[in-house]
Amino acid sequence: MTTTSYPRSRGRAPFRPGGTLILIAGAIYCLVPVAWVFIAASKAPNELFSTFTFAPGSGLISNIKDLFAYQDGQYWYWVGNSALYSGVGAVLSTLVSAMAGYSLAKYTYRLRGVLFYSFLVGILIPGITLAVPQYLLMSKLGLAGSQLSVLLPVIISPFGIYLSYVFARSAVPSETMEAARLDGASEFKIFRSIGMPLMVPGLITVFLLTFVGIWNNFLLPFIMLSDQDKYPLTLGLYTLLAKGSGEPALYSLAITGAALSVIPLVALVMVLQRYWRVDLVSGAVKG
Amino acid sequence: MTTVAQTAPPKTRRRRSVQNHGSAPYWLIAPAFILFLAFMVIPIIYTVWLSMFAYRVDSGGGILAKRVLSFVGFGNYKAVMSDSAYATGLLHVLLYGIVAVPILLGLALIFALLLDTVGVRSGGFSRPAIFIPYAIPGVVAALLWGFLYLPSTSPISSITEALGWGTVPFLNLPWIYGSLANIAVWGGVGFNMIIIYTALRSIPGEVLESARLDGASEVQVALRIKIPMVIPAIVLTSFFALIGTLQLYNEPQTLRTMSSAISPTWVPLMTIYRDAFMTDNLPRAAAASVLLALITVIASVIVMAIARRRSAK
Repeated sequence: MTTTSYPRSRGRAPFRPGGTLILIAGAIYCLVPVAWVFIAASKAPNELFSTFTFAPGSGLISNIKDLFAYQDGQYWYWVGNSALYSGVGAVLSTLVSAMAGYSLAKYTYRLRGVLFYSFLVGILIPGITLAVPQYLLMSKLGLAGSQLSVLLPVIISPFGIYLSYVFARSAVPSETMEAARLDGASEFKIFRSIGMPLMVPGLITVFLLTFVGIWNNFLLPFIMLSDQDKYPLTLGLYTLLAKGSGEPALYSLAITGAALSVIPLVALVMVLQRYWRVDLVSGAVKG
Repeated sequence: MTTVAQTAPPKTRRRRSVQNHGSAPYWLIAPAFILFLAFMVIPIIYTVWLSMFAYRVDSGGGILAKRVLSFVGFGNYKAVMSDSAYATGLLHVLLYGIVAVPILLGLALIFALLLDTVGVRSGGFSRPAIFIPYAIPGVVAALLWGFLYLPSTSPISSITEALGWGTVPFLNLPWIYGSLANIAVWGGVGFNMIIIYTALRSIPGEVLESARLDGASEVQVALRIKIPMVIPAIVLTSFFALIGTLQLYNEPQTLRTMSSAISPTWVPLMTIYRDAFMTDNLPRAAAASVLLALITVIASVIVMAIARRRSAK
């Protein structure tokens, strides 16, 4: 499980140009569409279809102004909603998963086995096939169309629970918990001040996976929401694109909106991936 | 997947633990349990229940005829299985998966092995660069690639046109399969690469060192030692790829705004959406959801079983 460095070769390795070239080609393949969206965002609507694809245009500022002016600044609602659904959803989901994983890993109790295997089966059930019945239940509760209808179903994550379980099992020593008990600490205090801090690297992983998962979500808000002011970014950009086939000026807005939406998430992922523990994900199947 | 016995403490301690800890473990798991019940178990039961019924117009007549649910057993399942929209949807997913999954996993494995090979440079730049698409939602990825495919904005088409070959029909059949697969490969290769790379990094240095001392080349080390040792990580990535393929929805739905080759029922999830919200046939959508979930579970179990048999050898 460790990723510490150890000698992997003798002496100085000879430079391998072939392999290096393949890796750089892969990097370029992954960066080109990202570079394109920023170049295209700089093109005025009349330049989009007339100038060479990778030639920068002159319309960046006016595109951004048009985007922010669209439907009285609806773009900001989409940004805010995406941040709300992903931020609050991922924090709550990580917390719920941490508590459940810790409970399953560090205690022995009667229903533990049943719960554990129920969650395991839950990993296999594709969440997306539940979207339609979730919508029906939300309508019965009178919540369909509200922001809660998108937020609540994403908090439960069987995979997050499983990862937290794997991590709690290896990172939280039972001896430390026992010592704290002898000192008279309550079980909740032990979870808060010993369990949670030790689980932080694993929880960052769970948080990042959940955050990106919710940010990517499309079908659930597509089914649940009808008010465009409650849309997340994915759904908002999709609407712009869908309307754009009849009104090409909206294509420029969709492209500019996509370019701006890429920045914060790439930044977040790049920062957090330094701290996350992918070995937890790959180690999870080894059991 | 895991063993519970491994974690069970000795018996005497267990008995004492149960007494001392009281209700704490139950309180800790309660939020997850309640949400699991509300948003997974109950929807599943409700879907299965609903899939056994059908709407019948009440014979009261008149404009205000009421629709009532009546039991039809497996009728909806028969209807779904004989509905050509679902059959062709599955076929599309299958064709797409045959193109996308091997390329996705193959490239991820190659990149991970190269990152782990001594003498191969540029890792500090290439690793984060290849990972960046992970942060870009499928809808946005489809939007980006859609414009790179669209004849009037595609850089490739502008080159082929300048050469007098005309535009490349990326958004028409049969190219559309490759175009969709490319979006999946682009979006997924970095994440899968990182999973496999992390597994490669945990191979003990001595194992690799002794193989090199025996005169094995880097390619031989990769084929004979590294790949066999990261099979669990490769199984995990195939598992993710499989689930992602069966749930294909965001990308074709987005590309549909640019391509006439994608029908409104191009993948099973699009047909489920049509049945549930456009033709208002919820029971049939429920039956199709159950079938799709079953196919996913069965396919996952098969992948796991093959993996287990392989590793037992």
